[in-house]
Amino acid sequence: MIRFEKRPQPSRLSSLATPLLAVMATMVFGGFLFAVLGKDPVQSIVTIFWEPLFGEFAFYYRPQLLIKGAPLVLIAIGLALGFKAGVWNIGAEGQYIMGAIFGAGVGLAFYPTESFWVFPLMILAGAFGGWMWATIPAILKVKFGTNEILVSLMLVYVAEQFLASMSLGLLKNPEGFGFPGSRNLQQYASAHNTDIIAGSGMHWGVVAALIAVIFAYVLLARHRLGFAIRVTGEAPRAARFGGVNPSRLILFCLGISGMLAGLAGMFEVSGPAGQITIDFNVGYGFTAIIVAFLGRLHPIGIMFAGLLMALTYIGGDIAQSQLQLPAAAIQVFQGMLLFFLLAFDLLTNYRVRIGSSEFPT
Amino acid sequence: MTTPLLSLRRLSKAYPGVVANDDVSLEIGRGEIHALLGENGAGKSTLVKMIYGLVKPDSGNMQLNEAVFTPKDPRTARASGVGMVFQHFSLFDALTVAENIALGMEDAPAMSQLAARIREVSENYGLPLSPDRIVGDLSAGEQQRVEIIRCLLQDPKLLIMDEPTSVLTPQEVAVLFETLNKLRAEGTAILYISHKLEEIRTLCDTATILRLGKVVGTCVPADTTARDMAEMMVGTTLKTPKRSGSEPGEVILKLDQLSLPPASAFGMPLREISLSLRKGEILGIGGVAGNGQDELLGSLSGETRASVGMIEYKSRDMADMGPNARRKIGLLSAPEERLGHAAAPDMSLIENAMLTGATREGLEKGGMLNWSAAGDFADRIIEAFDVRTPSAANAARSLSGGNLQKFVIGREVLQRPEVFVVNQPTWGVDASAAAAIRQALLDLAKSGAALIVISQDLDELMEISDWFAALNEGRLSQPRPAIGLTVEEIGLMLGGAHDLETAHV
Repeated sequence: MIRFEKRPQPSRLSSLATPLLAVMATMVFGGFLFAVLGKDPVQSIVTIFWEPLFGEFAFYYRPQLLIKGAPLVLIAIGLALGFKAGVWNIGAEGQYIMGAIFGAGVGLAFYPTESFWVFPLMILAGAFGGWMWATIPAILKVKFGTNEILVSLMLVYVAEQFLASMSLGLLKNPEGFGFPGSRNLQQYASAHNTDIIAGSGMHWGVVAALIAVIFAYVLLARHRLGFAIRVTGEAPRAARFGGVNPSRLILFCLGISGMLAGLAGMFEVSGPAGQITIDFNVGYGFTAIIVAFLGRLHPIGIMFAGLLMALTYIGGDIAQSQLQLPAAAIQVFQGMLLFFLLAFDLLTNYRVRIGSSEFPT
Repeated sequence: MTTPLLSLRRLSKAYPGVVANDDVSLEIGRGEIHALLGENGAGKSTLVKMIYGLVKPDSGNMQLNEAVFTPKDPRTARASGVGMVFQHFSLFDALTVAENIALGMEDAPAMSQLAARIREVSENYGLPLSPDRIVGDLSAGEQQRVEIIRCLLQDPKLLIMDEPTSVLTPQEVAVLFETLNKLRAEGTAILYISHKLEEIRTLCDTATILRLGKVVGTCVPADTTARDMAEMMVGTTLKTPKRSGSEPGEVILKLDQLSLPPASAFGMPLREISLSLRKGEILGIGGVAGNGQDELLGSLSGETRASVGMIEYKSRDMADMGPNARRKIGLLSAPEERLGHAAAPDMSLIENAMLTGATREGLEKGGMLNWSAAGDFADRIIEAFDVRTPSAANAARSLSGGNLQKFVIGREVLQRPEVFVVNQPTWGVDASAAAAIRQALLDLAKSGAALIVISQDLDELMEISDWFAALNEGRLSQPRPAIGLTVEEIGLMLGGAHDLETAHV
């Protein structure tokens, strides 16, 4: 008989090894999946993990890594703060959309005025949009005890409808020949989130993501508020006894994660995407949940996890075009990563005992 | 003499790093009430777990009714006639008595039949209990009766009872003893685990004393003084805490008609609690668990807020003050539940020192936490209260219950409280550590602090309090001077609405 026995202390070694083990298991079983689909497993894995970094066209893919990684990290950092406290914001995708709409909306309102102040105002508006959207489930939870998982998730679909309405209505490009979608902000210098070093992929969103990583790290390690977040997640009653106000903490956690998701949306719409369109959002808000857990809810871990996830996106695209791997297979591959991570996670807190059925004292 | 019912021969059981039982031999005869005495960690639990089939011995053997007895799980132990009543009940609050009992049976009869059997057993043994009542509405004593009846339905030859009186009022204890005496008269053997020596002296025929996993002595409790038994248990001479005898100062804490609604469906409201506490005084509050102890502590610690005018500390109203604001001005507390309330189980002792020490110990400046100062504070607690742990970086969960309790009490005492409210200060702590904790509380009072000590251990309260009051159904009795109170008077203060009838056999 196999049993799991709780460790008196979580094992530090396995908490570091778990993500690596999960990545390796994903490669092995993913390779098996690709083999069943009739592709060369080794070549597929190499294409996904090697090609974007060191392949022939790496000069093109490397900046993509930052462009795709930045919103993932930015959103995941916010989510992790909430997850650590047991506040489950599942609606980052909606907050991302609202941040983009608010940010782009402010930018477009100034069009065509060129001014240094346009872009900072857009940043503030984007942060506000995401914050506001996440504060709705927070207030409902604090006031009426609703479940933030359901409310935040449902607000994603509301945000998507709002996005469609904006691209067809208020924010539609008046010179767009009737096509849905806003003006392209890339062609409006004051509102364009441009590469800081041309061609590097290093736009302001990447800077924001780095700042968020450092901010979250210091908050969790050194600040009273970060400590309150950790205690609340570990033992809510002890946190209350220690003076944490649970309502305020919920408002903070949802608020900050919404704000960061909103920022991610704003940087995306003003940079890589350029315009508000019906299909503007591509699922960063949901993938960021995987990134947060893959990074063990630790800021530094999330930074690496975000890059890894971006890598599988880019590598997956290459594998689709070069090896004709179906898109669904790539999604299964990414899903496996979270699955194996959660499975191996058990080993951090539990020890596997085989054989004797004796009860521990 | 007839052959014993159960004999244990040279049982040993080792766990990594600790020998729980070392060469333990023991005999229990039919119709004998046998006490098993020992401090926490002496190996009592491991020993009874072996008898009940929860743990396999490394060496040695057991005989039941002259046949080799090797229970591989509790089910086979029960089938051989061994029943056990645990200290912590495993009952579902939302189900009825009969449903709870049916859940624990291998082949439960129809509900109506079972209810009839429960009535029959409860009348026979003087354990008043209705099978249709919801368990969540029962007192702790009544819940224990459910567990006992569950065992008796299996018709056991040997009944193991683990600390059965720790949650009972003196009157409920009397009811229980009547029942146990009746069982003894019928020939049932009882293995009785307790650390309450006076009880053992009145109830038990023989006693085996364990220390560090070994049998260090046996005695006839009726002929041995409680002090001698305690010293055998501890292995050293016991230090009785010394009272301060200082003059009380001015009133520092005042409760006026403190009332709070219950926090949950099975919670207890607080009803019009009034008291005033002077500097240097210890008010002992007795009562059976679940009568408002947690709620009272929560309202004083600031976790729940009472209305304006109900709690006054140093002439300031506490209505809009949270836990940390109260800590800042010297009103400190230590809740009963160590893991998850007083301390976060998976966090280190350093982080747990930060949990309540941040404001008063200056471990925080402008929101930034000073971890090295918290580490020093944790080390000071470990040092001053003899907390046994490899280091302050260990998780709270990895400490034994008694050690963690010392840490939790020490953390508050070292913060120099002016009023200290503590619930169950020595619950699950071994005798010598308990004496040390009580001494620390007395010293605190001597230095001028006022204390409210909530406890279910009446001996403890009598030992340290100046005033005694009882909490019952969320109401507090009028505090009375502790010196000169008789057990009967205390019992009446505690009893309140619980049924007081003894067995009518």
